[in-house]
Amino acid sequence: MSGPRRRTGRLVLTRVGTSVLVLWGAVTVSFTALHLTPGNVADVLIGSSTVTPEVRAQIIADYGLDRPLLTQYATYLGRVLRGDLGQSYQLHESVAAAIGAQLGASVQLTLSALVLAVVASTTLALLTARRARWIRGLSSGLELVGVSIPTFWTAILLLTVFSFQLGWFPAAGGEGFAGLVLPVIAVALPVTTMLTQMMRESLELVLDEPFVLTARARGMPDLGVRLRHALRHTLVPAVTLIGWIVGLLLGSMVPVEQIFSRQGIGQLTLGAVTGKDLPVVMGVVLVTAVLYVVVNILVDLLYLVIDPRLRGAR
Amino acid sequence: MTSAADASPLGGAPVTTAVIAIGTGRPRRIPRPGVWAAALFLALVALAAVAPGLVASGTPDAADAADALQAPGAAHLLGTDANGRDLFARIVFGAAPSLLSGLGATAVAVTAGTALGLLAALGGRVLDQVVMRLVEVLLALPTLLLALLVITVTGPGTANVILAIALYTAPGYARLVRAQTMVIRRTGYVEAATSLGLTRGRIIARHVLPNAFAPLLVLATIEVGTALVAAASLSYLGLGPQPPAPEWGAMLSGGRDYFSVAWWIAVFPGVAITLTVLSITVVGRHLRRLVEGRTS
Repeated sequence: MSGPRRRTGRLVLTRVGTSVLVLWGAVTVSFTALHLTPGNVADVLIGSSTVTPEVRAQIIADYGLDRPLLTQYATYLGRVLRGDLGQSYQLHESVAAAIGAQLGASVQLTLSALVLAVVASTTLALLTARRARWIRGLSSGLELVGVSIPTFWTAILLLTVFSFQLGWFPAAGGEGFAGLVLPVIAVALPVTTMLTQMMRESLELVLDEPFVLTARARGMPDLGVRLRHALRHTLVPAVTLIGWIVGLLLGSMVPVEQIFSRQGIGQLTLGAVTGKDLPVVMGVVLVTAVLYVVVNILVDLLYLVIDPRLRGAR
Repeated sequence: MTSAADASPLGGAPVTTAVIAIGTGRPRRIPRPGVWAAALFLALVALAAVAPGLVASGTPDAADAADALQAPGAAHLLGTDANGRDLFARIVFGAAPSLLSGLGATAVAVTAGTALGLLAALGGRVLDQVVMRLVEVLLALPTLLLALLVITVTGPGTANVILAIALYTAPGYARLVRAQTMVIRRTGYVEAATSLGLTRGRIIARHVLPNAFAPLLVLATIEVGTALVAAASLSYLGLGPQPPAPEWGAMLSGGRDYFSVAWWIAVFPGVAITLTVLSITVVGRHLRRLVEGRTS
């Protein structure tokens, strides 16, 4: 019995190791960015704002800038480990507070888009797999267009048509549900087209499996077979990609929030990039790395729920 | 850790990931007329990039206040912008700057990725571990945010956009080249070359690289589309070529205040980007089918 258990132990260790590595990598990338930026590190941290000599001295002490590079690195690593992401001198608040204030709006947008994408692509895949040639042809064509359209242009088109021409939705900073509709669609579209394509192909493979034939032989109607037996397996590729999809969604926050004048991490990041507010950009990269790790751990747990066979295998 | 990065040699690419993640499933074949139409459109875009004067008459910067915000019509095929500049001329003259970032980023990424991949595959165990862990970390971070971090450091501009996009696309190529090299170095012809006493460098240049080239080229063709979208997005955010450069993303950004009164400003530059990326994807997928058909 020690064999499988040891294997499970090693698997857990590998995963924890990879998570730690990703987080450490993100910290190192940030630290490198800070030191590659031309100019004195203290000035880079302050950005384009002006501070008193006392504050400047405090920054040098906090980051250990008068110490050797290796000590600075250790200091920085220690600060991040304690959850201290530094100070934004342009926003006059801590980076953690700035991100915390904007995180809610972006998480709302990301989760809504994720739910819409999964529901829409599952429905489309169930409806189009193994159907008439022209239906599949049409949906393949649409999927091809879907993956080629830049998200920011989708957002601009939605804004122009549904806000400016038709006046159905608020054009800027809409609160509540009405303000969320267009941004969610814009963010969800590329993910939906990709997932549909993927899920349909795995659904078509599953429909060839013997257990599907068994179900049909029992006289189960086609829709029943698809929903009861095939759907579960269709979700596996979607779950595999969720970590990566969340990364994609977070990236598209930047233009989409700007186009719809919404609050959020995207707007915060864009402002920081144009204002050369490096501590905020570094903070956002670190926070998203943490999100990536958390999402991937959740995904591993989700597998066990979706496919019972994996419970014994691990 | 389960992630798309595991499923796809290019973690940051929707198109590739979508197809490679399935593994067994082949992308549906695109009908031949579609491939021809895509190739023809790309030829037209290439012509516009090389000799814009042959495709559009007029100049992209000729402003005329009396002609501002004209709807598409006989005088101006695609209408005019707020400064009275002809949109068609700007889109045609914008082909070169718009393609430059995407193509440049892909070229840099392929070169750097190939070097890293060879280093990992042939440089020994320790180097392999170091390079591949670095690749994993870069693939785990959200792509656009990584690009934004680079641009915060370097400032805006075409060269910096190229660098930013190359940084997060190079790891994907590194992964592919490493995998290819691992396979090729164990083949009979490399063994034969080794026993003939050829030097390591010569074996790499004459035998390893040419055989790793076809999959690399196919991947790069499809990835150019993704790189173009990324470059256009960064330009739209005001971080690429600066106005009045007629870059497609920057044109959308510059027309922002007029979308409510002049829909054509919001539509046509986007159509140019989307059709170009779509055509590249179609041709790229066709190329991959050809290469796969030959090897399998």
